[in-house]
Amino acid sequence: MSTTLISQTGSPLPGQRKKSSAFSASQLFASIPGALRKLDPRVMWHNPVMFVVEIGAALTTVLAIAQPFEGGSAHSTASPTSAAFTWSITVWLWLTVVFANMAEAVAEGRGKAQANSLRESRTTTVAQRVVAYDEATDPGAERAEFQQIASADLTLGDTVVVTAGELIPGDGDIIWGIASVDESAITGESAPVVRESGGDRSAVTGGTRVLSDRIVLRVTSKPGETFVDRMIKLVEGASRQKTPNEIALNILLASLTIIFVVVVLIINPIAAYSNAAQSVPVLVALLVCLIPTTIGALLSAIGIAGMDRLVQHNVLAMSGRAVEAAGDVTTLLLDKTGTITYGNRQAAEFNPVGGVAQKALAEAASASSISDPTPEGKSILDLAVALGVAIPEAAAGSVSVPFSAQTRMSGIDYADGSQVRKGAGSMVISWVEESGKVPPKALTEIEGLTARIAQAGGTPLVVARRDKTGKGQLLGVVYLKDVVKTGLAARFADLRRMGIRTVMITGDNPLTAKAIAAEAGVDDFLAEATPEDKMALIKKEQEGGNLVAMTGDGTNDAPALAQADVGVAMNTGTSAAKEAGNMVDLDSDPTKLIDIVGIGKQLLITRGALTTFSIANDVAKYFAIIPAMFVASYPGLAALNFMALHTPQSAILSAVVFNAIIIIALIPLSLRGVRYRPTTVSKILGRNLWIYGVGGLIAPFIGIKLIDLVISLIPGF
Amino acid sequence: MNNTWLFILQALTIIVVLGLIYRPLGDYMAHVYTTQKNLRVERGFYRVIGVDPASEQTWPVYLRSLLAFSLIGVLFVYLLQRIQEWLPLSLGLPPVEPGLAWNTAISFVTNTNWQSYSPELTMGYTVQMAGLAVQNFASAAVGIAVAIALVRGLSRRKSLTIGNFWVDVTRGIVRILLPISVVAAVILLLAGVIQNFNPFEHITTITGGSAVIPGGPVASQEAIKELGTNGGGFFNANSAHPFENPWPWTSIFEIILLLAIPFSLARTFGRMVNDNRQGYAILSVMGIFWIASAALLTWLESVGSGTASQLAGGAMEGKETRFGIVGSAIFGTSSTLTSTGAVNSMHDSFTSLGGGLAMLNMMLGEVAPGGVGSGLYGILAVAIVAVFVAGLMVGRTPEYLGKKLGGREIKMASIYILITPTIVLLGTALSFAIPAVEKSVTGTSMDNPGLHGYSEVLYAFTSAGNNNGSAFAGLTASTPWFDTALGVAMLLGRFLPMVFILALAGSFAAQDKVPVTAGTLPTHRPQFIGLLIGTILVVSALTYLPVLALGPLAEGLK
Repeated sequence: MSTTLISQTGSPLPGQRKKSSAFSASQLFASIPGALRKLDPRVMWHNPVMFVVEIGAALTTVLAIAQPFEGGSAHSTASPTSAAFTWSITVWLWLTVVFANMAEAVAEGRGKAQANSLRESRTTTVAQRVVAYDEATDPGAERAEFQQIASADLTLGDTVVVTAGELIPGDGDIIWGIASVDESAITGESAPVVRESGGDRSAVTGGTRVLSDRIVLRVTSKPGETFVDRMIKLVEGASRQKTPNEIALNILLASLTIIFVVVVLIINPIAAYSNAAQSVPVLVALLVCLIPTTIGALLSAIGIAGMDRLVQHNVLAMSGRAVEAAGDVTTLLLDKTGTITYGNRQAAEFNPVGGVAQKALAEAASASSISDPTPEGKSILDLAVALGVAIPEAAAGSVSVPFSAQTRMSGIDYADGSQVRKGAGSMVISWVEESGKVPPKALTEIEGLTARIAQAGGTPLVVARRDKTGKGQLLGVVYLKDVVKTGLAARFADLRRMGIRTVMITGDNPLTAKAIAAEAGVDDFLAEATPEDKMALIKKEQEGGNLVAMTGDGTNDAPALAQADVGVAMNTGTSAAKEAGNMVDLDSDPTKLIDIVGIGKQLLITRGALTTFSIANDVAKYFAIIPAMFVASYPGLAALNFMALHTPQSAILSAVVFNAIIIIALIPLSLRGVRYRPTTVSKILGRNLWIYGVGGLIAPFIGIKLIDLVISLIPGF
Repeated sequence: MNNTWLFILQALTIIVVLGLIYRPLGDYMAHVYTTQKNLRVERGFYRVIGVDPASEQTWPVYLRSLLAFSLIGVLFVYLLQRIQEWLPLSLGLPPVEPGLAWNTAISFVTNTNWQSYSPELTMGYTVQMAGLAVQNFASAAVGIAVAIALVRGLSRRKSLTIGNFWVDVTRGIVRILLPISVVAAVILLLAGVIQNFNPFEHITTITGGSAVIPGGPVASQEAIKELGTNGGGFFNANSAHPFENPWPWTSIFEIILLLAIPFSLARTFGRMVNDNRQGYAILSVMGIFWIASAALLTWLESVGSGTASQLAGGAMEGKETRFGIVGSAIFGTSSTLTSTGAVNSMHDSFTSLGGGLAMLNMMLGEVAPGGVGSGLYGILAVAIVAVFVAGLMVGRTPEYLGKKLGGREIKMASIYILITPTIVLLGTALSFAIPAVEKSVTGTSMDNPGLHGYSEVLYAFTSAGNNNGSAFAGLTASTPWFDTALGVAMLLGRFLPMVFILALAGSFAAQDKVPVTAGTLPTHRPQFIGLLIGTILVVSALTYLPVLALGPLAEGLK
């Protein structure tokens, strides 16, 4: 389950990676019981818009039941009052509430499915707790006493031993030993990973299985608060708290609801003056159509689905707030190795000197690399093959000379006494000079080449040989290049258009860093970076009002991860790092930071787009209902009935039906999220205004008209 | 010359003049409110009231100062009316009765200038000059001060204070309103607007009839009436009276006066937030509404139905022939789109849809360009809501001018937007819902039965709630219900929104600024202008369509 580093379409949101993200009718059916349970007013209360709808539905229900006993036209109103009409409105108002609850239930249901698979990993196991662990004399706890204890009873600071085949009983840090661990229960990745004490790969997660060896670990979480526990709560939506933007949006929706309640309440006193008073069901219908039910119904589903999308990317956000902050990020700190470059250098050029043929240099370089196990050595062979050089088999009697820190060279000694070496410039030159003077021309050529390569951010590798007489000769320089992942420059350009600066963090010297930064297309770089430098950079960016996102895995990254607005800890990292960050990437893929930003943006865009759509819808609903209400008293208002709706009854009912059905129709969109592509802000806004603003104005005119055509076939409407 | 050409000519004249003064006046106002220097007369005044002009106020203190200042204003104007019989230059008029005095005091302090009375029969020169005219200056300066406080909040970072109310209001009067009024009064005087303390003269006309020639210090009051978007006429006929507005060109001059500060404040805003393009964007929205509404009203009045209208070449009932359809329509539009409420024609006699449009102008929240100060802060409040929704749609926590729009800011802006419609709708509904009130409203106040009578009531509350002050003149508003209810509507419609605007200013000022990046929603491009226009339209249309449908729409679509 690895993420494709760069998706070819340019879309950073392969949200369709898992089949579970597709929305199906069966999910909708499955959500009905949950939706009905949510009708409890104590639950509905948390969603003011839908709560108002529920009250309206309850009110019309009472009226519908009471209607036959009222003796027909007890009170004269200018609007439709037939029993069939009142009942139809009542039913559709209830459906509106149920549909809204279904949206939320579907979103939660998808989370629940993920939570269940997680829960399986949480089955209680028996832990071997070390009694009186003595770190100094018995770090491996080989002579210690053990106590059998249920994993659920483990507490912070306990020391336990886990041996091959056992489940790890709780989150912890390995304090002794090394083991391969199957983490597929959490990450879905079947290949085992190595975990060892000390360093940045000491953290293990409860519920994962040790496949080999024996480790001693210290428990780092309280019972019920383990990583898996938190994950379950998050994906289930149980611990979901409203995010700042969601709160602000809720306030706006509540204000709109209040104003529409006022608008509807004042109609009858005024209309009564003109003998155009309306029946209560009609007023309730108008109110429900005006208040922003569409976004009110879908808001929490959008939020849950946003978290869900992250989980599908194998990223766990510790809070919804973090997801939202991801959308706001203005500065991305990206580690060079693994994020921007492939992490190992590769041969890019053979540069011969002193009249040596390029092919001869390539042959010598590959000869010296035949037994070289490093990725660099292998890449030299690959490049030579690409240039058409036949790679010679290791000749009989030849001895390969491995790289050592002292000689800083590697190569091969042939049986006939000839030798080939490649390595750091100064060492290789002095090796040649041992056998006699090097021609100054070759020397200056070499110096020129190494300088150029270093400047370009590469590593020069000088190749030389001695023939069987021992006479040395400089052959040339191999250009080892830090290879930037393909497609990144375009992606960074996209980010730049979205107003996000990318800063590359590297331990390289400034010269090398600059060259790689230029090639990758990042906006800035931090060379020879220490964790303190990183921290200082984050603080500086934040002082300028920027929101910073970064990835990290080491314990020394923890302060910076905590300081960053979005800190994504790698799952392979230490528990200190995971604790400090507000997201954990289970795949430990730092490139994913860019996807995370996209998911955050998509979440906000979806909310904004559906709010716009919801409000724009009101215009058409007005034009359906207002003429229907008053046309009996003022026939002139029929001019406002653009849609030529059949009768007042059918017009009002059509608007209510549309209002309910649009919720169901938009559930897939709110779960999937509005399409998002990194481009300029004006283009995104223009597109969304067009689709959800103008579309939101037009769509209900068509929808209501179609529903009216159907309803007009029913006798009595 | 037909109406189309007349409209183009008049509108163009107004636009060109306003265009010429936009930058200098806007920049000058920005300078007035940002400079550290105080004039000698101001320093003297600060010493008298015991204010340190260099010390700044937090928003609650700013608000308290404003409310105290306005309360004193109300009490003073009320008192002055009640002791009128002992005042000099009172033309022998009796004290104003309490209900009306309260209504009038509030009306002038809230910059509404709703007049439930006929001035020449009710107010002597001292009350007019020392009470009403003073509030014409003071209430206008208060409005500008609040707008400036909001703009300061937007332009500052991590500041606890938003300025000093006493300084802002003093400078507004001394440096902006007074000098321009003096110049404008002189021009009006030269045009024939009267300025004297003569008592009313009873004369016999050539045909033998009798007439009263009123006098009074009109020119001085006329200037600030327009400049401060006050609108309270010296005479009952307001700017239709030849002593207030003698010529077609003085009518245009008065339109320019009442539009000058509201439009130019957009420049002041742009200047103070260090980005003039922001000012131009706001100006464009205001301008587009103004020109569209003026053109529409001119058209509606020109094609007025009925025999009389067709013979007169338009709905000339209630309009002065010297202004014509075009001069009346542009004046009416400008007056209702600002909070002026001055009239040079009777809005009650407009065509049904034309009268509805005048109402709609106010219902838009008087933001195009709106009253002095109130127009700017009103449009910025709507802009905040527009930016919030649009900002979400570009995938960022929405921000306006570098200020994040969080829960608190949205709460303030949405409550602001909610207040005025609630006042207008509730006031109108209560007029019909309470049986005793309904009897007085339909029996005494309404001049016309049926739909038009209802429209008069709706217009009254729309005008009061929005602090406009113009009226569908058919309504007799000097009843206990209207004196009280409209008074409350004016009071709440003026000061409640200010509370939330100042709170907004405080929370913006306290925030740091988010740097502008390519990911920031640009708020100076045509796209944003369109968005803001759409938001203003949708918000007000959704709120007021039902009540408009029951009045002007039902009447106009017969």
